[in-house]
Amino acid sequence: MNAPTAIFDWPSSLYNTLKRAGIRQVGYVPDAGHAQLIDRCRTDPDIHDVVLTTEEEGVALAAGAWLGGQRAVLLMQSSGVGNCINMLSLARSCRFPLLMMITMRGEWEEFNPWQQPMGSIVEPVLKLCDAEIYRATKPEEVEGLAERAVQHVFGDERIAALLLSQQLIGKKVWTK
Amino acid sequence: MNQPENKAGLERRAAMAALLANRKDDLLVIPGLGSTCWDLAAAGDNDRNFYLWGAMGGAAMIGLGLALAQPDKRVLVVTGDGEMLMGMGALATIAVKRPSNLAVVVFDNGHYGETGMQPSHTNHGGVDLLGVARSCGIGICLDVTDADSLVDLVARLKAPIGTLFARVSIAIADPPRVLPERDGAVLKARFRAAIGV
Repeated sequence: MNAPTAIFDWPSSLYNTLKRAGIRQVGYVPDAGHAQLIDRCRTDPDIHDVVLTTEEEGVALAAGAWLGGQRAVLLMQSSGVGNCINMLSLARSCRFPLLMMITMRGEWEEFNPWQQPMGSIVEPVLKLCDAEIYRATKPEEVEGLAERAVQHVFGDERIAALLLSQQLIGKKVWTK
Repeated sequence: MNQPENKAGLERRAAMAALLANRKDDLLVIPGLGSTCWDLAAAGDNDRNFYLWGAMGGAAMIGLGLALAQPDKRVLVVTGDGEMLMGMGALATIAVKRPSNLAVVVFDNGHYGETGMQPSHTNHGGVDLLGVARSCGIGICLDVTDADSLVDLVARLKAPIGTLFARVSIAIADPPRVLPERDGAVLKARFRAAIGV
């Protein structure tokens, strides 16, 4: 494992924020940066955890959840943002609330250069899709920014992305 | 190995009408974009329809989110083979959750009807969507090829006992378009109001 020392347990902060927000559906493509949060959601009987084959499924899932009166969140890695682009039209055309929490790759001590092309365009691409961007680089600011993203999304049926910088995640260790 | 052209099959508007006959308020319907959307509109407008004018590949997943959120209502996704092919991974995702109130019905005419009737993979390469759904682990998989099997599907939709997938063999035809409301925010708001959320 390559998780950073959990001095400040930001994944628990995110989980607590999701619970306070009344999130009932969590769509995710498995991701090391979100591993702890995914585990918490999977063991929560009040949350439908939905493992996706591709991130765009989560955009559609969240739309269906809202049609049925439930709040959803989509967890993914930066590479998944590119998979969502056309499906984000669904949220924009219908003004569905869409909350995304995205762990960043390709931006800080990244060993794998193939992560850089998508990671480097996540912010401008999401902005073009009318998403409000919140970027957390320090553990202690994660919860406050997550709260603001929740308010932006569900207060007014809009799109927001909380970007979790790679500094938070720690670098991926490639040697065994 | 190509399968023969799909010349037989049910008439699409009649098949949609059969699925929705004596519709009750607990039935929520998501069509795919294109032909199945026009088919649904042609069967009669209803606030509990959420018409799709885009989001290709997303119909089944919208159905999953809705089915999980509304376990006491029945969710029927009716989409085309092309739309289902674009989001085929959704069948794997749905099979993991298996909501008993979700049915995904594919009107399979083996063609992309909206774009000029180009052969689709179900025709050209012989992709068997029923086999895909079955191997994903969806419990009830029905092959609807004639009037009798359509009656069987309709009966099962009325008494859902598990996640259902059906492939309905549809005759190649291009009936007149019946266009529903296209403002997505309006469609969303009226749907939510109709079911009281």
